[in-house]
Amino acid sequence: MSTVSIIVLIVLGILTLVQVMRISEISSEIQKGKDNAVSEKDNDTQGTLMLLVGFGFVISVVVMYLAWGKHLLPEPASAHGKEFDGLMNLSMLIINIVFFVVQPILFYFAWKYRGKKGQKAVYYEHNNKLELFWTMVPALALAVLIIWGLNVWSTVMMPENEEEPMVVEVYAQQFNWTTRYAGADNQLGNATVYEIEGANILGVDTKDAASADDIVAKELHLPVGKPVLFQFRSQDVIHSAYFPHFRAQMNCVPGAVTYFQFTPTLTTAEIRQNKDVKNHVEEVNTIREAKGEDVWEFNYVLLCNKICGAAHYNMQMDIIVETEDEFNAWLNEQKTVAETL
Amino acid sequence: MSATKTTYETPHYQDHLMEHHHEENFITKYIFSTDHKMIGKQFLITGMIMGIIGVMMSMLFRLELAYPEQSFPILEFFLGKWAPDGVMDPNIYLALVTIHGTIMVFFVLTAGLSGTFSNLLIPLQIGARDMASGFMNALSYWFFFLSSVIMVASLFVESGPAAAGWTVYPPLSALPQAMPGSGMGMTLWLISMTFFIVSSLLGSLNYIVTVLNMRTKGMSMTRLPLTIWAFFVTAVLGTLSFPVLLSAALLLMFDRMLGTSFYLSDIFIGGEVLNFSGGSPVLYQHLFWFLGHPEVYIILLPALGISSEVIATNSRKPIFGYRAMVGSILAIAFLSFIVWGHHMFVTGMNPFLGSVFTFTTLLIAIPSAVKAFNYITTLWKGNIQYTPAMLFSIGLVSTFVTGGLTGVILGDSALDINVHDTYFVVAHFHIVMGLSAIFGMFAGVYHWFPKMYGRMMNKSLGYAHFWLTFVTAYGVFFPMHFLGMAGLPRRYYSNTAFPMFDNLADINVLITYFAIIGGIAQLIFIFNFFYSMRRGPKATQNPWRANSLEWTTPVEHLHGNWPGSVPEVHRWAYDYSKPGAEEDFVPQNVPLAEGEESGH
Repeated sequence: MSTVSIIVLIVLGILTLVQVMRISEISSEIQKGKDNAVSEKDNDTQGTLMLLVGFGFVISVVVMYLAWGKHLLPEPASAHGKEFDGLMNLSMLIINIVFFVVQPILFYFAWKYRGKKGQKAVYYEHNNKLELFWTMVPALALAVLIIWGLNVWSTVMMPENEEEPMVVEVYAQQFNWTTRYAGADNQLGNATVYEIEGANILGVDTKDAASADDIVAKELHLPVGKPVLFQFRSQDVIHSAYFPHFRAQMNCVPGAVTYFQFTPTLTTAEIRQNKDVKNHVEEVNTIREAKGEDVWEFNYVLLCNKICGAAHYNMQMDIIVETEDEFNAWLNEQKTVAETL
Repeated sequence: MSATKTTYETPHYQDHLMEHHHEENFITKYIFSTDHKMIGKQFLITGMIMGIIGVMMSMLFRLELAYPEQSFPILEFFLGKWAPDGVMDPNIYLALVTIHGTIMVFFVLTAGLSGTFSNLLIPLQIGARDMASGFMNALSYWFFFLSSVIMVASLFVESGPAAAGWTVYPPLSALPQAMPGSGMGMTLWLISMTFFIVSSLLGSLNYIVTVLNMRTKGMSMTRLPLTIWAFFVTAVLGTLSFPVLLSAALLLMFDRMLGTSFYLSDIFIGGEVLNFSGGSPVLYQHLFWFLGHPEVYIILLPALGISSEVIATNSRKPIFGYRAMVGSILAIAFLSFIVWGHHMFVTGMNPFLGSVFTFTTLLIAIPSAVKAFNYITTLWKGNIQYTPAMLFSIGLVSTFVTGGLTGVILGDSALDINVHDTYFVVAHFHIVMGLSAIFGMFAGVYHWFPKMYGRMMNKSLGYAHFWLTFVTAYGVFFPMHFLGMAGLPRRYYSNTAFPMFDNLADINVLITYFAIIGGIAQLIFIFNFFYSMRRGPKATQNPWRANSLEWTTPVEHLHGNWPGSVPEVHRWAYDYSKPGAEEDFVPQNVPLAEGEESGH
């Protein structure tokens, strides 16, 4: 019913508009004939609106920064995250400077040079010096960003290890995650989709000796301060393992194995004490309380960030970063592949 | 290229067109027309219809994002069984974003924008009687029409339309077991896109040949209006990149229908291992983005060309730095072919490749910056005439700057790791590509409406349309940067599964309000368009007092464009407010006055 009435309203609105237009057209024809040309008054109004709305937009951006700045992710919980945030802050600084200089100039010019009767524009075709200047300035800024960016990229993607990283597999399927720890030999046994059967959801090759001490789990526990080399696989479609708090992401591609390495630096207990995180939790819980939902406790989380089907929006796994002792205690409780398969 | 090199007599074959006065009946005039002006209008109307569908879809899924999993009768009205009791199904949510993307990117902003204005303006602005091949041109439109019909038809199949995202990455798009949208809907999507590519290639080849061979006497390449430069380079981009998409689509069809394994390997789904091995899903991404990135500029360049023309005309000033503008179009076009990998930084490809693509990608910021600064300098000390087209062009400069800047972050492989596929990306490409291109398209329609229909659009409605659109467009997309920086992934049916996003719900509601107001505001434009077509005040020959050749043709459309011989060109298109000239514009066909110097 409401849909029908909305459609009727829209149709009526259009009909009204037609009638209003006809009247205004006829009356303007009576007055002068053609008057759809842009008048000085129009230039004045529209130019002023450019200034007001344009500056309004720029100011609203400042307001958004103030109001929503708190929504940004908290301090990084990984070793390379500091470099990531440094680069992000520099890039943000540069683009904000450009934004807050160029937009006001644009809207100011739009107002300042609004057409007036008897005013003539300046015939100004080109100025090589000026153009060279604004070719070189962005080029220099970009040179800095490129060099710095590539530096960060190579430290993130090709880290130099002081100690051997712990190998963990993150396995994706519609619509959940599974983890596999390499065990004492720190070597994951072979696995292929052809071995998937019954409880062996990851397709681990039990004949491969390296697989015997592998541990399959439905949680992702990580020891703080130790480099972790993630190996990603998917059995069906492309998924993407997104660890926003660790500034890490890698696609899980069926038919291929991908890798990403990072070192967690803050345990779950520590990040919960972070001021931004505390505020975030408090804000969320106020909202949840009002809706009668459970109280939320902050956890690092692994999300799927590549469209993978109907329940893509709910493909998640909690990540627990803990001290090495706690981690070992948890790992020892888990059963190995040799025990379960 | 010097002016002398291209001075030739007005080609006789062109005058030939004028000798035959074909009897035109309704069908040859309005349906199977070979006249470039009519074909341009056909592209525009079809593009607008597709645009209405695409925008309505976005309003439906915005409703879902603001009020996730809640019941709305309107959803059941439009989606039927896909919204039982008015609650949207996750599959149809994904289908809506997929088809919204496909329609807006290809059907509205490629065919609707480039198809309309390349067809309308290339012959008129270079001084040709029609396109090189009117038949090919008509064929191009009809393939586009067919492809639109198939795409719309795919909305009604039992298993729903394609839903794997507009980039339709396999294996998701290849396996009907993975989602219902990958069944019949996906097959129709691929067939539709195949026809679309045929249409695009037929059009592009025609544009290239026409621009290169059919310019009137005196119209050297360096005197071409920037619109034509933009359309020309766009056509070259399309010709070089669309065939690659065709090959990607064909291989995907083979995988789906013939059991080949180009993109598929080692897949376990629905309780069984599928018989595919040796393929790579990442291969598809390389092929797709080899088109996909130039596609961004196939969309954007025509809009930039249109706004160059509109800004110069309405500032009553020459476009600042004509040669730099042409140079930056060429530089952007060249670079657009070697940056596709920035869509794939986190696919697991060799990190060294990531470095190369970061380097080439960030380089694009330089010619883009030159363009933005040159627009602003064109405004400087101008005498700006605020037509609705001018408002949209200035809006374009603003969105081009805003959206371009965030490209610096996404193009940087290191930073992309954490913002890849989040709402930050959605904000970026909607502002820089979506808004800039659609603003350019609106500017083009307002500016050339008198040329298309011989009537003027209503000015006041144009103003209202611009301000509502400008404010709501930023209102929709700017806040999305914050959602992305908070780590919110795109293509999520609902954000309620993660308590960490609960405090973003208000922002999503705000965005939806803006989206609905902005969507409804487009009715003003549609009304203005169709009303003015029939009842707008009659246009004069050169309503904007512009220099380019299309304004030397009579208001009434004529097969062959000019009643007499084709005008000869004596100057560039930007002699606005030239010192010594009586008026503040000097059309291109006016010979140089005694002692007047022509820089071009």
